[in-house]
Amino acid sequence: MASLFILIPVALVFVAIAIGIFLWAVRAGQFEDLDTEGKRILFDKASRRSSQSKDP
Amino acid sequence: MLPCFHCGLPAVRAYTREIAGVERAFCCVGCQAVASAIIEGGLADFYAFRDSKNKPADTPAKNFAAYDLPEVQEAFVSRLTPDDDEALISIGGISCAACAWLIEQRLRRLAAVREVSVNATTHRCRIVWQKSQLPVSELFAAIHSVGYQPSPLTESEQQRLRHREARRALMRLGVAGIGMMQVGMFAIALHAGDFQGMDGQWRQFFRGVSLLVATPVVFFSAWPFFANARRAISHRQLTMDVPVALAIALAYGASAYATVSNSGAVYFDSIVMFTFFLLLGRYLEMRVRQSSAFLAERVASLLPTTVDRLRDAEVETIPLAALRVGDRICVAAGGVMPCDGRVAEGASSVDESVLTGESAPRPLRAGGEVFAGTGNIENRLLIQALAVGKNTRLAAVERLLDRAGADKPRSVTIADRVASYFVALVLLAALGVGVYWYLHAPEKVLWVLLSVLVATCPCALSLATPAALTAGTLALRRSGVLVSSAQFIEQLSAIDHVVFDKTGTLTESEITVAEIRSLDGKSERRIGEIIAALEAGGSHPIAGAFAAYRYCGSASRVTHVPGQGVVGEYQGRRYKFGLREFAGPECALDYPAPGMWQLLTEDGAPAAWVLLANRARRNIAPLLAFFAEHNIRTELLSGDRADNVDAFARGYGLPARGGALPEDKLEHIRALQAGGAKVLMVGDGINDVPVLKAADLSIAAGDATRLAQTHADAVLIHGDLLALRDMWLMARRVRAKIKQNFAWALLYNAAILPLAAMALVPPYLAAIGMSASSLLVVLNATRLRASK
Repeated sequence: MASLFILIPVALVFVAIAIGIFLWAVRAGQFEDLDTEGKRILFDKASRRSSQSKDP
Repeated sequence: MLPCFHCGLPAVRAYTREIAGVERAFCCVGCQAVASAIIEGGLADFYAFRDSKNKPADTPAKNFAAYDLPEVQEAFVSRLTPDDDEALISIGGISCAACAWLIEQRLRRLAAVREVSVNATTHRCRIVWQKSQLPVSELFAAIHSVGYQPSPLTESEQQRLRHREARRALMRLGVAGIGMMQVGMFAIALHAGDFQGMDGQWRQFFRGVSLLVATPVVFFSAWPFFANARRAISHRQLTMDVPVALAIALAYGASAYATVSNSGAVYFDSIVMFTFFLLLGRYLEMRVRQSSAFLAERVASLLPTTVDRLRDAEVETIPLAALRVGDRICVAAGGVMPCDGRVAEGASSVDESVLTGESAPRPLRAGGEVFAGTGNIENRLLIQALAVGKNTRLAAVERLLDRAGADKPRSVTIADRVASYFVALVLLAALGVGVYWYLHAPEKVLWVLLSVLVATCPCALSLATPAALTAGTLALRRSGVLVSSAQFIEQLSAIDHVVFDKTGTLTESEITVAEIRSLDGKSERRIGEIIAALEAGGSHPIAGAFAAYRYCGSASRVTHVPGQGVVGEYQGRRYKFGLREFAGPECALDYPAPGMWQLLTEDGAPAAWVLLANRARRNIAPLLAFFAEHNIRTELLSGDRADNVDAFARGYGLPARGGALPEDKLEHIRALQAGGAKVLMVGDGINDVPVLKAADLSIAAGDATRLAQTHADAVLIHGDLLALRDMWLMARRVRAKIKQNFAWALLYNAAILPLAAMALVPPYLAAIGMSASSLLVVLNATRLRASK
């Protein structure tokens, strides 16, 4: 049981890190557009067939 | 008739293209060009990805050279590194994630472009590229080539603030959510300890940890409640935020005291859960309110960014801001007037629907007056600027609009009314309980008092309205109505007067052929064919009405006479089509009936009468019948010519008033409101905007101008008027649901109050009771979405 005295503070440190990452994600605009990013992988996979030529 | 492959409008056989082995038809050369650009760019997958049809493409050729001027770029281009620049562009016409993908792919093909990101929700696009390699205008042209309308992104201070507010709200919500999970975990240990017994040292430890996690939730996440409560009290009002802030502050203070002094009971779990639920409700509400349809747009966005100024017989392109009174400028056909002024040279006609709502163009010749924001239809005009910037008529409309918004009657919401009674009641009860326990068992008074406040915590009560409103808003969105403020639904069911605008609201904005009366035995099809040939290639709205007719070979020697009609030769005969006085001055004919009748003459002899009309939208009659059935009065108030409006309204038995200026409309609405009516205004044009703002509630219909949309309380996404009926019915159901929720929340609080007053409610029961009653309220509200 005494291990809880260590484990819970360790868990709290992880929570603090999680909150830190969350706040960073919000600031970095990760939640601005929830529709496009989820679908992009589908689009990109299908379009790899067509060549990625560049024109000036 | 086949729908256009690109935009879904009726297609014309003249415009086809093979796509992936299948012959596809298009509605216009614009859509065809866009589809070709997409296919040739190897982006054909777009058509497989998209969720909905695109907006129709506009004219194929467009000149973006103005954006290469440094003065114009200042607003939206900034230098990142010596090589790279960043442009922020707002893109019109985006309807789904596939659009964002298409634009990104198109821009990535440009060698100078390094980074692109398009946000399909906010319609913003950020491009990092080498300006030295590629001018800005090329970026715009690339976006335009795949069928979207780019414009510089200029963000107002207000928009920036709102953006920050949205991010801050999400942070608060996230912190509260994570905190809730942690505290909840410790609370289970503590509650279990109450039953099974727990070592003092463990209890102390768990309480201490709970305090540690709850503190940021209270001071960061719950901060808006404290701020709002303070503001309400300083205005001597009792809003829902007051009891919320009071409950959080007292429960947190007492629990913190209990933890430090190792006495009494702690309520950390209730506090954080409470905060999280409330923040969630408000966050969802805010998301709806800030959806892109309601992003504020100023009148200025209607004006061109640059003007062509004539100086010493040479045309130079200058930014709009550099235009001065007295300058002489050129406005091309299809262009928008950048200022108020007088025509110095040229003749054309102008589309003034922006200001007046009148859809028929007004003819114009030298000496005539033009207004900023109106469209030049046929010919190039040379204009002398008389008023620019803030002094234009358009800016006056905008000021009118600000004033109308400020005077808008604010109705008190049900929630706030209930809250004020509730707070008073709870505080009185708490006082009574406190006095009783002080006299009988002074050592218990603090904990009993706290248990009264937490048990009667207004969680369910304060969730009752937002839960029902958010559920109703989402249900409405699925049926094609965007609602800007949740209060709208609450107030909609109290409406007793509906005022419609005609153009574009009850009628489609395009002109159509309503009737053809042949005078010399020609078939209707033949008459349509002749007129279509005459009007081919014209940008006049009338030309669109005949686009569906097929003809072989276009007419020759065609001349458009602004405001009069068109004359030309087709298959060896000379035709005139337009006003009676123009087409057949020599034949003594009377107009057959009121309305927009046009005459077609063949070699001077009358051939046919053609009635043009704005086609009425479907379902007007059932909608009016529905309102009549529920004792809601309806009325038509339009800026169109009085005889047109009367003719239209008579068909539906609708009281009507035509020829109303924006000021008249505003006055009319005010008069109704002064008589005690609750007015719902349904409109679409910029001329309606002040009225939309002044009415108790307002709805922008169908393809309303963006400006009208941003100032209305709700927007009908598609033109189906029956959505108004569904909206009203939904509002009534939401109101009923709010009342049910309140009844339940009050019942629960009334039942638990005596128990808490008798010190019979331990902390775990308070927590369970609170979450269960909140959950019940939310679940009850979600039933709005499930049942139809």
